[in-house]
Amino acid sequence: MDWKLPAVIVIAIALVGAGIYVATRPARPFVPGWSGPVPEERIKIGIFGPMEFSQGIHMWRGAVMAAEVINSAGGVQLGDKKVPIELVKVDTNEILSAADARAAVERAITVNKVDFCVGGFRTESVWGMLETAMDYKKIWLICGAATTELCSETVPKNYDRYKYIFRVTPINSTYLFYVSTKLLKMVVDEVRENLGVAKPKVAVLAEKLAWADRIVDLAINPYPAFKGTPYENKSLLEAHLGVEMVGAWRPSHVATDLTSELTAIKNAGAHVIFTVFSGPVGVTFGRQWGELQIPAAAVGINVEAQKRSYWEETKGYCAYEVTMTTYVPGVEIVENLTVPWVNSYIERWGDYPTYEAGTYDAIFLIAETVNRLGTKNADNVVAELEQTGRRNIMQTFRNFPDGVGTAGKLIFDNKHDVVWGPGLVTGLGAQWRDGRLVGVHPYQDNTGPIPNLPAFGTYKGTEKYRLPPRVIEYHTKR
Amino acid sequence: MIQEILINGAATGGVFALLAVGFSLIFGVARIINLAHTAFCMLAAYSVYAFSTIYGLNFYLSVVLAILLTVFVGSCAYRLCFHPIREHELAVMVVSVALGIIIQQLMVLIFGGTFRSIPSFAAGYLELLGVRILKGHLLVLGIALFSLFLVWLMLTKTKLGIAIRATAQDREMASLVGINVGWMCMITMAMAVALAALAGTMVGPLITLSPWMWLQLLVVVLAVVILGGLGSLKGSLLAAFLLGYTETAVVHFVPMGSFLRGVASLIVMLIVLLVRPEGLFGISFEEERL
Repeated sequence: MDWKLPAVIVIAIALVGAGIYVATRPARPFVPGWSGPVPEERIKIGIFGPMEFSQGIHMWRGAVMAAEVINSAGGVQLGDKKVPIELVKVDTNEILSAADARAAVERAITVNKVDFCVGGFRTESVWGMLETAMDYKKIWLICGAATTELCSETVPKNYDRYKYIFRVTPINSTYLFYVSTKLLKMVVDEVRENLGVAKPKVAVLAEKLAWADRIVDLAINPYPAFKGTPYENKSLLEAHLGVEMVGAWRPSHVATDLTSELTAIKNAGAHVIFTVFSGPVGVTFGRQWGELQIPAAAVGINVEAQKRSYWEETKGYCAYEVTMTTYVPGVEIVENLTVPWVNSYIERWGDYPTYEAGTYDAIFLIAETVNRLGTKNADNVVAELEQTGRRNIMQTFRNFPDGVGTAGKLIFDNKHDVVWGPGLVTGLGAQWRDGRLVGVHPYQDNTGPIPNLPAFGTYKGTEKYRLPPRVIEYHTKR
Repeated sequence: MIQEILINGAATGGVFALLAVGFSLIFGVARIINLAHTAFCMLAAYSVYAFSTIYGLNFYLSVVLAILLTVFVGSCAYRLCFHPIREHELAVMVVSVALGIIIQQLMVLIFGGTFRSIPSFAAGYLELLGVRILKGHLLVLGIALFSLFLVWLMLTKTKLGIAIRATAQDREMASLVGINVGWMCMITMAMAVALAALAGTMVGPLITLSPWMWLQLLVVVLAVVILGGLGSLKGSLLAAFLLGYTETAVVHFVPMGSFLRGVASLIVMLIVLLVRPEGLFGISFEEERL
């Protein structure tokens, strides 16, 4: 008798059985910082992100640090007892598959029974994730996706369904553009001063993703409100920065080669490259921009450049690149909160916190709100969250006023989106120098450059921006 | 702009050519559909990273070890996975996809999803016709042309090459004339994997390593080999540069559409195949295949 076929069948059945057993065993609750037996009643917070990528990793780290503080303090008041925060790590795989992401949300809500959802990075997937969460009326604190429409096209359009959506970090794409204009002005002013160029040329290099579309549109397309004015046919940047936009290049967010784009940008005579990256293309840019010694200063948004490992990943070629970020070592946003927390993050994880680590503040927000109400009821929590930052009270788990977090004071507008401004959530600028990130914005920041943009002054820990030496050398020789 | 397209197109074409040479050998000549080819490229690149960055070995030693390791893994994979089913081309293809995914997930397990990079063989750039080109790209171009020449030389001028071609043409007849068919397939696979590993170590420094990079590269090598014509090494070379120039032209002429460079390449491939289904230098008759 041929024994191979029965043997294969038996092995296959055993493997399937083992798989089913492992998959259906209830996981031990993860309640970091909690001492003593774990009670049945817990506040379950799902952390939703691409956990194989840095974005999800930072989300998880920030959440763990917050949960540890809250649980060590005895937990959250729920009814007549105190209960711990339980974190549920949900790998959405959203960068690679929107379908996977939606399925992950469904499973976390129906199987893991999470009470709150925190996270969501890739807008293209987050749309579907939010819809699933709204079907179950789960509060979702966005920590990752910047697309303005995630809040502006949901909450005000159908409040009853979408009122559970709030964005904690980052500031939305429109605000990101405003901060970017401040960073651009900082660089453009240096170009004028050092190169004697009256009208610097700016090239836009932005990955082709939804969140970047609004920024690119505002940067290069004629601003509709300028019709009939002296600025007709000019973009916001051209009108208010006095620059010439030489073009926009939109590579894929996973592009592995940007030499053609960079060569074309150099050929266009650009003095500045305005970057808009969230994906791995940011690493490709940092390396090739430096290795080709492209004579244009790089400034903008590059999420990969917020990581400590970016210097190593680009083999040091990213020197003098400027990126917007939420946290920079040594830069103080909230006195006695931001710098100590960033330092403890670096000490614990060996990495700079990227903006996704703002889940730290999101977890505290949930804990404070539930603790104050004594209930997890979603509708009650929504009403309370809407008042965040507007109450004249101190937080329970952190000795800071209501709403104050590591990135600034958190206040939501009527679309449940985090508000940007002085004293509120800010957005910093940082430059890579000698293997480390140095804060360069806000540094002597005034109002503008777009009318009505507030001034941020100088934050403790920031320094003056430096133009890459090769840019000065190349353009002054010519 | 013309100089930029000429120089950058050549650089991109060189990368495509180096990636495709091993695939052209295994798929085009030996007719073994190994869709894990670019996964072996990825394995080699990650191995260089591990040896040089994690274990701190000398970079050139790391490259040699990476190639040897990849060839060993590829040979074992052939013996265990492909050899038992080599008569069934479709099954081989499906198994190779599974193998690629397994290698991908192993990379995720060992290195995680965060991006890695490996040092360049030759850092910096040169200026040709006023256009800056990375030294790494020039090196890849040179090695691609040299590898293609070596493979052509081997296939046409050596007994081994003739035996490989005979096996691909008709296994039964090859066996009847005394060629050990099993060994020929094994040797072809080992050579193809060695070329894949070489491509991985040379192209690796020019790109960002991630466990999913093999899929992007696979689309490129498939397009190159099919466009060039199955079985034609010179066709693969021409196709690599045709697609390289297409992508570069898209970036220069349609900057807002530079994310479509890959699509443009595939459209060019489609158009050529509609006009000439066997590819640029495809062989209509089996006897003429090389």
